[in-house]
Amino acid sequence: MVAELRHELSPDRVRTDSAERALYAHDASVFVGGVSGPICFPVNAREVQLIARICATHGRSIVPRGAGTGLAGGAIPLGAPIVVVTTKMTRILEVDVENRIAWVEPGLINLDLSRALHPYGFHFAPDPSSQQACTIGGNVANNSGGPHCLAYGVTSQHVVAIDVVLPDGELVTLGGLDAEPDGYDVRGAFVGSEGTLGIATRIAVRITPTPPAVRTLLLAFDSIEGAANTVSGIIAAGVVPAAMEVMDQAITEAVENFVHAGYPRDAAAVLLAEVDGLAAGVDIDAERIAHIGRANGATSVRVAADDEERSKLWKGRKTAFGAVAQIAPSYYLHDTVVPRAALATVLRAIYDIAARHQLLVVNVFHAGDGNLHPLLLFDPRDPGVLEQVHEAGREIVLASLAAGGVLSGEHGIGVEKQEYMSLMFSSDDLDHQNRLRRSFDPTCRLNPGKVIPSSHSCADIQALRSVPKGVWG
Amino acid sequence: MTVATDAQLVEFADDVGDTDVVAVEGARTRWRVGGDLSLGARLVRAPAGILDYQPEEMIVRALAGTSVDELHAELKTRGQRTALARRAGTVGGALAVGENDVDVLGRGRIRDCVLQVKYVSAEGRIIKCGGPTVKNVSGFDVPRMMVGALGTLGLIGEVILRTNPIPATTTWITSDDADPFAVPNMVLKPSAVLWDGERTWVELEGHQLDVRAQEQDLGAIGTWRSCEGPPELPTHRWSLRPTDLRRLDCSEMGPYVASVGVGTVFATVAQPYRHVAKPLAELFDRIKHEFDPTERLNPGRSPVGRYR
Repeated sequence: MVAELRHELSPDRVRTDSAERALYAHDASVFVGGVSGPICFPVNAREVQLIARICATHGRSIVPRGAGTGLAGGAIPLGAPIVVVTTKMTRILEVDVENRIAWVEPGLINLDLSRALHPYGFHFAPDPSSQQACTIGGNVANNSGGPHCLAYGVTSQHVVAIDVVLPDGELVTLGGLDAEPDGYDVRGAFVGSEGTLGIATRIAVRITPTPPAVRTLLLAFDSIEGAANTVSGIIAAGVVPAAMEVMDQAITEAVENFVHAGYPRDAAAVLLAEVDGLAAGVDIDAERIAHIGRANGATSVRVAADDEERSKLWKGRKTAFGAVAQIAPSYYLHDTVVPRAALATVLRAIYDIAARHQLLVVNVFHAGDGNLHPLLLFDPRDPGVLEQVHEAGREIVLASLAAGGVLSGEHGIGVEKQEYMSLMFSSDDLDHQNRLRRSFDPTCRLNPGKVIPSSHSCADIQALRSVPKGVWG
Repeated sequence: MTVATDAQLVEFADDVGDTDVVAVEGARTRWRVGGDLSLGARLVRAPAGILDYQPEEMIVRALAGTSVDELHAELKTRGQRTALARRAGTVGGALAVGENDVDVLGRGRIRDCVLQVKYVSAEGRIIKCGGPTVKNVSGFDVPRMMVGALGTLGLIGEVILRTNPIPATTTWITSDDADPFAVPNMVLKPSAVLWDGERTWVELEGHQLDVRAQEQDLGAIGTWRSCEGPPELPTHRWSLRPTDLRRLDCSEMGPYVASVGVGTVFATVAQPYRHVAKPLAELFDRIKHEFDPTERLNPGRSPVGRYR
């Protein structure tokens, strides 16, 4: 099979050496699964089709992969799948300002797209924290969010059409550039399917006009409840800011050590809020946010004076995960969503859970849409610490669900939360999700063992069987 | 506000059953979209009522038979709205048909406002997909596929929708000499730009000062006057690319009103059948077979060629 793959691609783009296999056995998550089979680097849709057909002939499963920045283990191999890496498909194929779309290849880095659109006065709205490294294909697979998705929506709202290679090698276009494409919304179903329905080879994304006016506010509070209640108060007042991000004291201090943006080190929590749009409305909304913040106990309200100050504030937020290294050598980042009204209660529960497990926890999260991101900090050299981290994580998930929340806001299910799916969905519900998957992939050979719990997806067991003989040759 | 319980959903599922062919009936406002119903289909109706409205969470939970007018009247009391088309009859019907409102650029797309759907399957089971929060990637996005499926995959019983604030100011203006295609370049986010080949209508929403400033900006491309709202819209919908609107042919579609920047054209003649590529058609068939293997749900209707 490797010989066939090398014949159809080129020898240097089908790799089997032990170093590469070890590398592609991991993604940015803590999860470890199976082993990487041959690792393929296609450069166009035709090559992806050929890979899919060869895998179909040999009955082998496939793990599609972008930059591997996912945190739920969605890109790790289970069994011994062929890994299809899209990072050599990085072109912007067309920017169509009048239709307000751009056709891009899946391996294009998120931030590179917005940078390329800047001269046109447009940007790509989803802006996950990993946007300097993550790919548009990965964004599609995970329905990625980011701070500015509060007002602009997650990836699904910004994808109009996708060329997809199905497991049998067929190439289909899901969705379309016309206003109301015919048929079922398979484009919508594909976004967020974590590589289990097909491999995207070309994506038409909506491009968003960059608003002329922006105000970025930094509000400090002497309690995290004050910040959380301000977020609820802002939405209740009918203001939907572009972004509302909260950081607790420990992470704020670590960030300030790193970016020197003037974050208040003594605040129990800070709220970074941004409004954008037209000048008058932006001023009005910024004033209302400041007023609501003060009414909820804000000890200071600072408005970024210029783009430089604004960029520094955002740099602090976007590099917060890296700044954690000052506190502990490793962290486990969780991702759940709760109703905004429950933010303060669930945050308090998270601190209690961490304390019970003798773990440090810091919180930096998309408060505007209730998307929590607790980081459990640990030193992996401490014996038994990972078990504590996983147990604390499980309790955080349960606390979020008990508050009326959901399993994931933007990281996806992957292998991380697969077995929690039964807490949110009944057996019948999961059966219907599996029906959708079977429609695209009847033999479950695409990213098997992910998303749907194994008990609801029998075909995965076949795809995850032990490593076949001759897999490396 | 109506109070209802899961019992109504269970009753709806019992009514749908698991054997004979059934079709769901809303207000019949878009009854013929997707083809005529097969003879012999038993009609069922989804229950009605607003179950829970949390304006501070920007969500509302309603049964599918609730009228869109009733829903929007309730939301208006707290200064909110949804992306459901105001011309639609029932919430379930609006979602099953999946048509955006004329001011989709401001109000948002109907597919994007659906957070959770409970539907009755072909086997008569109540299936839940999606989640109750404004952000959620827990499992496959089945709710989006229910939008526009015309009830051929499951019969929508209850939904949770995202709500949005009603802008402080809304105004409609019209011009006989403006280039409609220049409007999106002049203002950041018009809620609607409509054009009948001669006259242009624009809806602007937002803070009052911003709306007034945009009206002034538009003065650079034409002479504008206030108007009551959009023009009367012809019945049929054509789905085109936004740039296709520059080359509309009256002889083909009759008098029309085109939604500039969107690609929807409201026309007096139906859009010809649009070919669907074979692999995609096969994928649609597999989806239908998985969700409704005996083809008992809304027989005769199909979202492929919906306006034929």
